[in-house]
Amino acid sequence: MEKLYVSDREIVVPGDILAEGIEYLPSGKAYREGEKIFASVMGMASVKGRVVKVIPLAGRYMPKKMDALVGKVIAVLPGGWSIEINSPYAADLPLAEGTSEYIPRGADLTRFFDLGDYIFAEVTLITETKFVKLSASRRPYRRLRGGILIEISPVKVPRLIGKQGSMVGMIKDATGCEIVVGQNGWVWAKGTPEKEALVEKIIKTIEVESHKKGLTDKIKKMLEENK
Amino acid sequence: MGGKKAGSPDKLIVNGKRLDGRKLDELRPITIKAGVIPNADGSCALTMGETRVVAAVYGPRECFPKHFQLQDRAYMECIYTMVAFSTTDRARPGPSRRSTEISKVIKDALLPAVFMEKYPRTKIDVYIEVTNANAGTRTAAINAAAVALADAGIEMRDIVTAIASGKIEGQVALDLFEPEDNFGEADMPLAMMPKTKEITLLQLDGEITREEAEQMIEMSMKACEEIYELQKKALKDKYASEKSAEVEGEGDENGSV
Repeated sequence: MEKLYVSDREIVVPGDILAEGIEYLPSGKAYREGEKIFASVMGMASVKGRVVKVIPLAGRYMPKKMDALVGKVIAVLPGGWSIEINSPYAADLPLAEGTSEYIPRGADLTRFFDLGDYIFAEVTLITETKFVKLSASRRPYRRLRGGILIEISPVKVPRLIGKQGSMVGMIKDATGCEIVVGQNGWVWAKGTPEKEALVEKIIKTIEVESHKKGLTDKIKKMLEENK
Repeated sequence: MGGKKAGSPDKLIVNGKRLDGRKLDELRPITIKAGVIPNADGSCALTMGETRVVAAVYGPRECFPKHFQLQDRAYMECIYTMVAFSTTDRARPGPSRRSTEISKVIKDALLPAVFMEKYPRTKIDVYIEVTNANAGTRTAAINAAAVALADAGIEMRDIVTAIASGKIEGQVALDLFEPEDNFGEADMPLAMMPKTKEITLLQLDGEITREEAEQMIEMSMKACEEIYELQKKALKDKYASEKSAEVEGEGDENGSV
């Protein structure tokens, strides 16, 4: 009784049937009801072997374990830091996970991360009720000094990164900027002011035209024009 | 039967057709557009005949006030308002007894479709503005809000669809418009999840027989299927060009340094 109702990369909306039969496995934003698998968000269907899932086209960032994020320090607490991560939940960065340095008792924590600082960190733990714990003690996770912050939709992040980081790598090489892409849709860039402005312009173009053909070539052209 | 109400037209059905030329089981023309408000996470503009509504969804976002927060699921706030110029007499702005009740029933109609447990401790805000009222505003509001929720990328079981049916001059009719709503005998809004055919809202104003009720529910459910297709089309249209997207470079799932 196995049957597939959608083709790969077809646009689906919540409630659309994706597949039937226990041979297929729902993953990501798909759910099973009895024998059938349905989409739970609007997005693009993806069929890989037995796994059927939906790649969302919209939505807020929901933290996942192992995600690398750009966050902002919103509170310095006695035992660590509270970090805003562009999601409905604030994350905790415990003292021990903040830095690899030894922090003596009673030390001034603002020396490591001050209020308003941006950091690059990894999600190490997430509970059922979505309490998020971060770690920034190991490379490449660190405090991000200076630079600019660019906000994009979290669902567009994979497109910005590209295959094996090809897209973001291209921008880095062409502009000479340091760029950190967080899975949560926050992108940090640092370079000369002109190059930072160019990076912002290019990243916004990628966000708007993420679904269009020949985007890589267009970005390449933009980068060459502004050399 | 007593006398006519003041301002009532002589007849609501002429030669088997209604005053706006529709058949008894015919819907008003419907247009739906998703993603009309850039600052909202999801939005929808919907018209059903002369009735116009705009819905906006914000969230899931941090829940304020904090004591509304639920540890195991999201909290939904739904606010239905009629703008001052939406009715023939000026509608007084601000919440009223009627709008508070309608907000509540809309929320209850939408809730069964949303995976609230996927977003613990958050709040989902649904704002609905009626910019022109011509009967059936609560059903139009539900249709628009359901599309806006899907547009916001919120996980849902199905898209909720709603329609009203009623009784005019002793006959069962679908999707009443203003004169029929004002001078008809009964009005029954219904919302459902078309996939499972679960009814999430059923109200009745007026008197009908059991047979009429059955007939009205059946008629409404059929109409809901039609609206359901329009809702899905509106959402898909927003991303129509997305279909031709090439698999050029979907990156790995992780952040990049």
